[in-house]
Amino acid sequence: MSTPILEMKNITKEFPGVKALNNVSFRVAEGEIHCLVGENGAGKSTLMKVLSGVYPHGGYEGDILFGGAVQKFRGISDSEKAGISIIYQELALVPEMAVYENIFLGHEITNGFRVDWNETIKRADKMLKTVRLDVNPAVKVKELGVGKQQLVEIAKALSKDVKLLILDEPTAALNEGDSENLLNLLRDLKNHGVTCVLISHKLKEVIEIADTVTVLRDGKTVCTLDAKKGEVSEAVLIKNMVGREIDSIFPKREHKRSQEVVLEIKDWTAYNPALGRQILKKVNINVKKGEIVGFAGLMGSGRTELALSLFGNPDGYQINGEMYVNGKRRQFGHPQEAIAAGVAYVTEDRKGDGLILIQDVKQNITLANLREISRRGVVNNNAEVKVANEYKGSLNIKTPTVEQKVINLSGGNQQKVSVAKWLFVKPDLLILDEPTRGIDVGAKFEIYTIMTRLVQEGMSIIMISSELPEVLGMSDRVYIVASGRIAGELPIEEATQEKIMHLATN
Amino acid sequence: MSFFNDLRKVLGQNIRDYGMFIALFIITSIFSIATDGLFISSRNISNLLNQAGYIAVLAVGMTLIIIIRHIDLSVGFLAGFLGAVAAIAMVSWNLPVYAAIPLVLILGIIAGLITAFPVAQLGIPSFVASLAGWLIYRGALLLVTLKTGTIIIPDDTFNAIGNGNIPDIPGITILPEVHKLTLLLGLIAIILYIQNDISARNKKQTYNFEVLPMNIFVLKLIFASVLMGLVTWILAGYNGLSWTVVVVLIVVGIYHFIMSQTVLGRHVYAIGGNPEAAQLSGINVKKITYMVFGSMGMLSALSGILFASRLQSATTTAGTLFELDSIAAAYIGGVSAAGGVGNVLGSLIGALVYISLTSGMNLMGIDISSQYIVRGAVLALAVIFDVATRRSAR
Repeated sequence: MSTPILEMKNITKEFPGVKALNNVSFRVAEGEIHCLVGENGAGKSTLMKVLSGVYPHGGYEGDILFGGAVQKFRGISDSEKAGISIIYQELALVPEMAVYENIFLGHEITNGFRVDWNETIKRADKMLKTVRLDVNPAVKVKELGVGKQQLVEIAKALSKDVKLLILDEPTAALNEGDSENLLNLLRDLKNHGVTCVLISHKLKEVIEIADTVTVLRDGKTVCTLDAKKGEVSEAVLIKNMVGREIDSIFPKREHKRSQEVVLEIKDWTAYNPALGRQILKKVNINVKKGEIVGFAGLMGSGRTELALSLFGNPDGYQINGEMYVNGKRRQFGHPQEAIAAGVAYVTEDRKGDGLILIQDVKQNITLANLREISRRGVVNNNAEVKVANEYKGSLNIKTPTVEQKVINLSGGNQQKVSVAKWLFVKPDLLILDEPTRGIDVGAKFEIYTIMTRLVQEGMSIIMISSELPEVLGMSDRVYIVASGRIAGELPIEEATQEKIMHLATN
Repeated sequence: MSFFNDLRKVLGQNIRDYGMFIALFIITSIFSIATDGLFISSRNISNLLNQAGYIAVLAVGMTLIIIIRHIDLSVGFLAGFLGAVAAIAMVSWNLPVYAAIPLVLILGIIAGLITAFPVAQLGIPSFVASLAGWLIYRGALLLVTLKTGTIIIPDDTFNAIGNGNIPDIPGITILPEVHKLTLLLGLIAIILYIQNDISARNKKQTYNFEVLPMNIFVLKLIFASVLMGLVTWILAGYNGLSWTVVVVLIVVGIYHFIMSQTVLGRHVYAIGGNPEAAQLSGINVKKITYMVFGSMGMLSALSGILFASRLQSATTTAGTLFELDSIAAAYIGGVSAAGGVGNVLGSLIGALVYISLTSGMNLMGIDISSQYIVRGAVLALAVIFDVATRRSAR
């Protein structure tokens, strides 16, 4: 256990104006599962990019020792040759290619100049068995779910004779079952001598799986904890990550019982012509003024589809049923109409369809409500800066100026921009789809505080979340969605993780 | 010292904005030296601007098209075809010029909307949809000029758009060789520019926002004013402002205003930056796609009018390669192929750079084969510069 396979000594990496890594040391013992945790912007990704050669040798200070020798990686191909493989959060698979093609993409098995497809398929099959994925290797990757794609990625890494496997938030997009699968696989690989570095925000799984945990904060190593000595616990991790103790991450709040209904839908049924199937079946829900309604359920159960069908139906579902907003019967043909009626939707995929990354903070914040800061179609640029600065202050968005491009912000701050954008339309009903996905503990707490403030001011919130503690900690009432139906409704006093999972999986 | 530090900082931050002006300045200087000043002569500059006109208006429309992540290949032959329609309207149908021009502009809008239909409604790639248009309008142009061949346009008013200049103020005897109205307009433009900049700066200060340091602000005003004054003086030295330049300035002015100041412009940029996010932000992506292609069609018609008017006739090959010239001009002017980035002024400068190359090399007697190679190299360099500065800005 004590021989290090990897040692990064005194790594310092500077970007213009920022010290992303400041004298970081990171030591991974052979054959262990080593978790790397820290808030967004703590330097985890930068450290891994230094290791993999994305930031080539010479661009940083310090030494990397891998397998006992000093390494000077000039690119990813160098680090891969040495036996280091990184699996990023955004999967690097080609959706239109078959599983076996993807596994050997970039290091094809050839005899002479021709690709040996038979051998490729044979070896791919073996790799899939190793990762316990039971699919036909000829299936196209796009036909697999995210969980299975993740496994294909790992198979791809293993096919390259990997010695050190690095996973960057592999479970962020997975449901509980798939996550559990993945963690089991990592244990399995460990028994076969593969060393793993796992970057994760989910502290529970870190505690479950880690042999050693290294905590980074503000570009520095805070501590390295040994699980065997019982040094790892949620409280210790959070304390080291944020530098302060959070006794409860969920702000305290009284559960109000208003009778004023903001949104009600009856017998809401939706058919998705693109998929050719029914995605929502006879859904009946209501949302009252000043309440947070949690929507729990497995990935793909239809929660996001339900939200989109309420929010002007941008994907063109065929919808039957009745919708009432503030007591009035409504039917939205475009998000524009939903926004005008006081409904706002913060997407689960802020980079994909939430923010305009190449534009700056202020332009993103005002986009959905430019009317407010314009006269006769002409935008008042000064008023825009003023509005953006107000949200920068009230939501504590960490950016030097509101002219900063959103692409340069950390995940948590991007999420705050996303929320700010929808607060600026001043909605009655705010739909938050996975509001804390991929953001760190500190930012999560801030998002929860903002939500609490909003409902106290009379806004109603629908919160779709795959994290049960969050659903239980924040909601006044919980709907459980399964296979496009409402499988159950629980007032918060009666809701438990077990009950919700039971309803969601039946 | 702080002045120079400030200056360096401001220039460094805005190198992308000034890059094209610097390129234009360098190209102008090189050609002026190589041709013993012939290039910078009033007569040549005046000619050059008239040549740039029909590409510039196309480049303006193309800028919007590329910003929303599309392309329109049909514009060249559409311009040629609509130029021919304008000629036929006046010659065969005996329509007055004041009816023929609006008619053709409306036809242009309709043609643009037709191109937009499969793109917006069915999601067909605009490359394919507009390639179909390219073939169709090429055929249509040949068809309408089939019997007559080149159609000579006898209408003086129409021909003045491409060849004539604005009238001078009569009865003033000072500065006999100089066009007084052009000078006056130039002076008014400079005054308006200074006034506008000062009021924008004051407004910012009332909001307590950061503004340029006073000395740099003054330097910028002086620099821009001198530049505008110089261009005015050169133009005034040879018959004054041409109608083409007036048309281009109006088009660029309107589009620049829309793109930089209005909600509509913001929506166009948003769609280019992330169409899904734009849709979810309540922006009607379809509607704006129609509008952008419709405007492109109208500008194609305008380009066709400018070209036909310049040749005083509609020819069977009018519009050939206009689409690629205008796309090149837009790219040289800093429009990003990935969408969401670019501006109308940049594309105007891009068009001027592009035409200056042709004009300058013609004056130097460089043959056409080398001209193409140089133009290609400049296009490549411009795009490399653009990508490199964008990366370093991150």
